[in-house]
Amino acid sequence: MAMNPIGDRIISAFFRPGMETVDFPSFVRVLANFRPTETNRARDYSRNRKLRFAFQLYDQDRDGKISREELLQVLRSMLGTQVTEEQLQSIAERAIQEADLDQDDAISFDEFKKSLEKVNIEQKMSICSLR
Amino acid sequence: MRILVAAPRCLQSGLALTPSDTSRRKTSADPPPSTGGRCLSRRNTLPHPHYPLQLSANQSRARDRALLYRNSWTRGRCVVLLQFEGDSPRPHNLKDCRGENSDFTVENGSSPWLQWRNPLKTNRRCHDPAPVKPDNGPQAFPDAEKANLPITIWVPESCLLISIGLIVGGIMYSVHEEPPAVLTSNAFFLYMLPPLSWTPATSCPPGLSLRTSARSVLWFAVVGTLWNSIGIGMSLFAICQIEAFGVQDINLQENLLFATIISAVDPVAVLSVFEDISVNEQLYIVVFGECLFNDAVTVVLYNMFNFVADMPVVEPVDVFLGVARFLVVGFGGLGFGILFGFVAAFTTRFTSRVKEIEPLFIFMYSYLAYLVAELFAISSIMAIVTCSLTMKYYVEENVSQRSCTTIRHVIKMLGSISETLIFFFLGVVTITTEHEWNWGYILFTLLFAIVWRGLGVLVLTQIINPFRTIPFNMKDQFGLAYGGLRGAISFALVFTLPDHIGRKPLFVTATICIILFTVFLQFINVRRTNRDLDTINAEIHSRIMEHTMAGIEDLCGQWSHFYWKDKFLRFNNLVLRRILIRDNRAESSIVALYKKLELQNAMEILDTVTGDISAVPSILSIYEEKKSSGKPNKKFQAPDLKNMHDILSKNMYRIRQRTVAYTTKHALPNDSHAREILIRRHTSIRRSMRPGSFQSPEDPKSHKYFSLPAGKSLDSKFLPGRLSVTDDEETMSEMAYPSRRSRFGQPSRSSSRGMMPLRRLDTLREAPSVDMLDENQRRGTSRKTSSSSSDSQFPLLAISSTPLWTMTAARLIT
Repeated sequence: MAMNPIGDRIISAFFRPGMETVDFPSFVRVLANFRPTETNRARDYSRNRKLRFAFQLYDQDRDGKISREELLQVLRSMLGTQVTEEQLQSIAERAIQEADLDQDDAISFDEFKKSLEKVNIEQKMSICSLR
Repeated sequence: MRILVAAPRCLQSGLALTPSDTSRRKTSADPPPSTGGRCLSRRNTLPHPHYPLQLSANQSRARDRALLYRNSWTRGRCVVLLQFEGDSPRPHNLKDCRGENSDFTVENGSSPWLQWRNPLKTNRRCHDPAPVKPDNGPQAFPDAEKANLPITIWVPESCLLISIGLIVGGIMYSVHEEPPAVLTSNAFFLYMLPPLSWTPATSCPPGLSLRTSARSVLWFAVVGTLWNSIGIGMSLFAICQIEAFGVQDINLQENLLFATIISAVDPVAVLSVFEDISVNEQLYIVVFGECLFNDAVTVVLYNMFNFVADMPVVEPVDVFLGVARFLVVGFGGLGFGILFGFVAAFTTRFTSRVKEIEPLFIFMYSYLAYLVAELFAISSIMAIVTCSLTMKYYVEENVSQRSCTTIRHVIKMLGSISETLIFFFLGVVTITTEHEWNWGYILFTLLFAIVWRGLGVLVLTQIINPFRTIPFNMKDQFGLAYGGLRGAISFALVFTLPDHIGRKPLFVTATICIILFTVFLQFINVRRTNRDLDTINAEIHSRIMEHTMAGIEDLCGQWSHFYWKDKFLRFNNLVLRRILIRDNRAESSIVALYKKLELQNAMEILDTVTGDISAVPSILSIYEEKKSSGKPNKKFQAPDLKNMHDILSKNMYRIRQRTVAYTTKHALPNDSHAREILIRRHTSIRRSMRPGSFQSPEDPKSHKYFSLPAGKSLDSKFLPGRLSVTDDEETMSEMAYPSRRSRFGQPSRSSSRGMMPLRRLDTLREAPSVDMLDENQRRGTSRKTSSSSSDSQFPLLAISSTPLWTMTAARLIT
């Protein structure tokens, strides 16, 4: 976990904004996001929640949008030493351009969802043992 | 012809062009006067961005150098095409070339080299009813041609081949001719099977790793095959007891042997059914993995039953030994494969000086793995498949572009040859061998094969579903059951049955029947969807998710497969890559994908430059002007040549873009999404350009793409040249291109750190190939992680010289 580039973001995702501690129910609630989906009915809801969680990882200031700066931060933490600053900028630029449909230079949750519609979220973000 | 002279020369020296060379070439590169058309005057003063060395020297020479450098890409194509210059082609109007279809439409009867480009049109539009197929076009694209044949829509290829084989066999039989002994089991197992095993392994997309479904795959492969063979064997034995069919002399062992043979699922047949992996990735992986890995089981069972058929009495210890044998065979195959894969990867680390024989190493090692495994009676298919899979990842980073292309194409070629031959001879041998027909036995075999397969799938999925993240639903199960096709392997195995088995002809007949039945049943095709091009977004978010999941698993204390995957990747980066890859730069998949996507956009932009009228209206007006100016032809020779090269190379690039590793056999990449992104980027760049402020100071130094020797940074000599473009108002759209180029330049920054760029420049001499690869998805497409890293080395030099010229053309006219 210490080596995980977004480890601190994951941990802070468990805590509600403003609160310093997390009790067991909230912990479980957050973990429940990662349950694998079984029935078709629950699929959309579960997918939504997973996407929400991922969105929160980017959006630290909780304004509902992933701005360029936030995206850059995440990219920087992931790619770190491998790329130069300009390259990071270009990648972030391209990512925003690909996803940003209303041209406001930030990715909202819906745009985020849309850009991931082809990706198999259910498989990527499920832990089998949580069934 | 003088151009022919120029071409071979540029073949030999790629980047090592000195100004003196260039001047020599310049004189020899005069085009024949027969080319009419527009001119790009050579008064241009803009240096080629990627030749920072001695730019301030004769800049037109630099451009020439760029031109010829780019032509050196085209190599054989350069020579072939330019040969046709001798024929008097129609005056080639650039405006005509743009055409209504925004493509280089060609009227029939024009010069061959123009005709040659028709397959491109077929590629792009696929509406061409009668594609002009020049027999001398090097890249007449066979798959596009196939797509035009209506018959392949209805009838799968394998059926066609078998039918043709049947017809030929009938002819042979009627003239009492013996078929050539090509399909002996020796020839089959030694020569025909290995290429078939290469094809799926190399086309397997790295993004879709088998790891995620390893459990399911192994479960189906091992247990499924066991279930099938034992079930079919038992039921057939039961049938044999019934007197009415008159097959009582077949004892249990022989039945089991036969059952093993026909329960061998065949990768070839599976591949032709599941053509598009994007249908259902999970399903594809499982079926595919099953047919690859059940070879171990088949081999063991076959040998065991063969042996046992001779023995009068079967003892329990034999069964136990059989199980132990299976483990040895299976893991031995895997082990050999991985071992040879690593050795091959290690070898390729040092082959930078002998690039021409790199493909040889690849083929040699995998074939060696196959043979050694055969020698030890271990599962050879598993060995070769594992070897290819292991190798693919590391080798693609080590070998040059050209070797990669060669390997890919050779594998495809060999695979096609093998497959064709096998199916064809299946048909021939069907007619010409002696058959023994027994209605009851054969029909029941057919019935049991289907029934047991279906049952097996049902039961096995019930058992394994709780362990899967995404359980298989009924549709998936039907696909699984359906995908269990028998093919050539069964056929070969049945021919190797020892002759002392009395009913061998019956078995042969039954096997052939089953194969024909399952193959011809492919009319029902699994529904396919087009795979969307990967977006950088998807890649970024997927990576984030993987990290997230690894972290969450860590939190929970559950070390499940994300955790292990993470660990393996780390180990890979730290240890394996260091050892096996020459000049290792840990390149993130995001960066690799980004480079690749930018590359594609670059090429799309080039296409839109001269192809799309609406995008660049200024060029049109410029050419109108030129038309009316009525300058003599002679002045335009050199620019016309450049023009032609321009068009040629763009089209060649487009061809190369198309001749990439496809997800399916006959697929063409779907680029509508990429186009949309491209347009958006285009407009955003234009928007950013409009205010007139040229680039931020970081741009000049970002132009170090592949042309820089290590350590040298792009000096500011470049800057004055580029600034000279800015004051031209009319060429606003073209101004987008320098900035575009700057964007291209940026991502390569990291790669210019090491020695990599310089070495890549050497390899740039060779013809490049962009491999979309894939992989990936299934066959390839969704891959794009490791394979794309090599693809991203595609040099943009040639590409960016084209917008350069259009720019200069525009500038000069005004």
